Amino acid sequence: MAVEEKNTRCQVGLTGNSAVAYAMKQINPDVVAAYPITPSTGVMEEFSSYHADGKVDTELITVESEHSAMSACVGAAAAGARVMTATSSQGLALMWEVLYIASGMRLPIVLACVNRALSAPINIHCDHSDSMGARDSGWIQLYSETVQEAYDNMLQAVRIAEHPDVLLPVMICLDGFITSHAIENLCTLSDSEIKEFIGQYKPRHSLLDTDNPVTFGALTLQDNYIEIKRQQSQAMDMAKDVILSVGKDFEDSFGREYGFLESYRMEGADVAIVILSSAAGTTKVAVDELRRSGKNVGLVRPRVFRPFPYKELSEELKGVKAVAVLDRVDSMSSFGGPLFVETRSAMYGLENAPAVIGRVFGLGGRDYRVADAVDVFELLLNIKDTGNVDKVVDYITVRE
Amino acid sequence: MATLKELAQKEELFSGGHRLCAGCGIPPIVRLILRSTSAGIVATTATGCLEVGTSIYPYTSWRIPWIHSAFENAASTISGVEAAYKALKRKGNVEKETKFIAFGGDGGTYDIGFQALSGALERGHSFLYVCYDNGAYMNTGIQRSSATPYGGNTTTSPAGEVVPGKQQWRKDLTRIVVAHNIQYVAQASPHNWSDLSKKTEKALKVDGPSFMNILSPCPLGWYTKSEDSMGLAKLAVDTCYWPLYEVDNGVLKVNYKPKEKKPVADWLKVQGRFKHLFKPGNEGILKEFQERVDEEWERLLERDGKHM
Repeated sequence: MAVEEKNTRCQVGLTGNSAVAYAMKQINPDVVAAYPITPSTGVMEEFSSYHADGKVDTELITVESEHSAMSACVGAAAAGARVMTATSSQGLALMWEVLYIASGMRLPIVLACVNRALSAPINIHCDHSDSMGARDSGWIQLYSETVQEAYDNMLQAVRIAEHPDVLLPVMICLDGFITSHAIENLCTLSDSEIKEFIGQYKPRHSLLDTDNPVTFGALTLQDNYIEIKRQQSQAMDMAKDVILSVGKDFEDSFGREYGFLESYRMEGADVAIVILSSAAGTTKVAVDELRRSGKNVGLVRPRVFRPFPYKELSEELKGVKAVAVLDRVDSMSSFGGPLFVETRSAMYGLENAPAVIGRVFGLGGRDYRVADAVDVFELLLNIKDTGNVDKVVDYITVRE
Repeated sequence: MATLKELAQKEELFSGGHRLCAGCGIPPIVRLILRSTSAGIVATTATGCLEVGTSIYPYTSWRIPWIHSAFENAASTISGVEAAYKALKRKGNVEKETKFIAFGGDGGTYDIGFQALSGALERGHSFLYVCYDNGAYMNTGIQRSSATPYGGNTTTSPAGEVVPGKQQWRKDLTRIVVAHNIQYVAQASPHNWSDLSKKTEKALKVDGPSFMNILSPCPLGWYTKSEDSMGLAKLAVDTCYWPLYEVDNGVLKVNYKPKEKKPVADWLKVQGRFKHLFKPGNEGILKEFQERVDEEWERLLERDGKHM
């Protein structure tokens, strides 16, 4: 890896996986526990090289399963270590039980989720069924459009997770193969800039403090469970301010802006698509094309899905006449994907609320092309003109 | 090795007031183990009787740092704690000599936690894994595990009209752990405090993983009287159902050879879970049970003093 480590450098060509591994190397966590799975394997391979070459001080635990990966992360984080891991798809599914334990114990673990479809049928390509399956697990979720954003999100994730008002694990998501295996130009920061930005982790409690013993994971019944869960919920709420302040600090330090959402050409937009991650890039091309032909279309790309920025999202969309929410996952509820359901709910009660439709797309890595986005915009413009919504939820990018 | 007097004078790290049953084998096992080192101890416990009985929030029986995560991950959880210790010690953030212990029942060790245990042993973390083997999923109401003895009546291997209890011989977990070629593996019983304490001291001296499988009488699931537990543990050893042995640096040693090996029926007949085996028609099961115990005891004796 020919990456200079002393200075901020732009025009560095890295894949998403390399950028995440490089961020991990620069963060230099105390413990990393992980298990290989396509397409996130590259993250751990490169991190293992950093480890083998003595570039990190990390204890690397090459566990025998993802369940054990997250379990070891929980043990290490409860012992006061800064802890990271990476996974995809079935790996995240196998961690599922322990994801809830990590958040319930308020352990600031950072996980890179390289999004991949879930079995069956088995498929190694991108969709969001893995991370969306964990959407209620109490983890903060940041979705990255580009390699640059995946790198930047990793750095901010550490600060967000460890903030005393938050103390929740953070999952940063990037699209499998599309982002994880594509080389993009990005600006990397120097090790010292990162060290200063993330600071030192000072755990409130540690299992290693044998002079002040603490009990983690006690049995908690009807008399206290709901209060503890309520506090966890409040932490997720408080994470909103922290995400914004960390984003502001990042922007002030390094010039790249990060908030809850990215709005693209929403000025005067009549209709809009809401979409996560790399597919937003494709959609932006469609927005530009249609804008050139005088059609007022725009895009809103949530970067933060947990906590769900419902106020900001509805504020951003309240002026348009029709919205299509595109989910790269189906919740199999017969009512579309999770981003659709939650966005539509966020719009409820608005005066002159726009029509909100949901479209599932791109499952198992099916291509989502500019033409697909254009079709959705045309449909939205038709809804705007006629007021007719034929189908509230449907699939696109599918053979009929 | 510490004398009983010395052990008794050590600080009690496992507080009374816990909710484990009267006569349960687990508390004496845990108390003795926690007394067997002067180093700091951090422990984890798999979901099960020990966890449920000792950590009802806002109370805790643990006067040491302790974590419970889930059922099948005691070994992987302690892996993470131990890795954090190594990393933070290197950085100078922690200094104190600390030992790491994972406790799990037979369900959490032989069955659902088996993979995590094997993985942690193979990776070579410095920790002691203690399995308290009471021979069934006692915490959830006496369901059969792969440690349940042959013929045992449990709620999922009931002694029925047609099927007389559990149909399979128990998994020999100690032997499987020995096959991991770790430095120290032992089988122990709480009735023999001196043997158990000595083994714990040895296990905790190992720079790497060590494992102890400890028989733990359960009045609830064995259908026995609370006051008989230690006697039943002794009888399990005297009948050679539960031999006390260790494999230290690859050499097997049988730590206790009963002067007079008692018939296994002596141990079985005093437990309600085997009551049906003494009904007419089940003589064959008893015979088979005895033959298997004999065979395994002979196999151990053949290897006594030898490299595995």
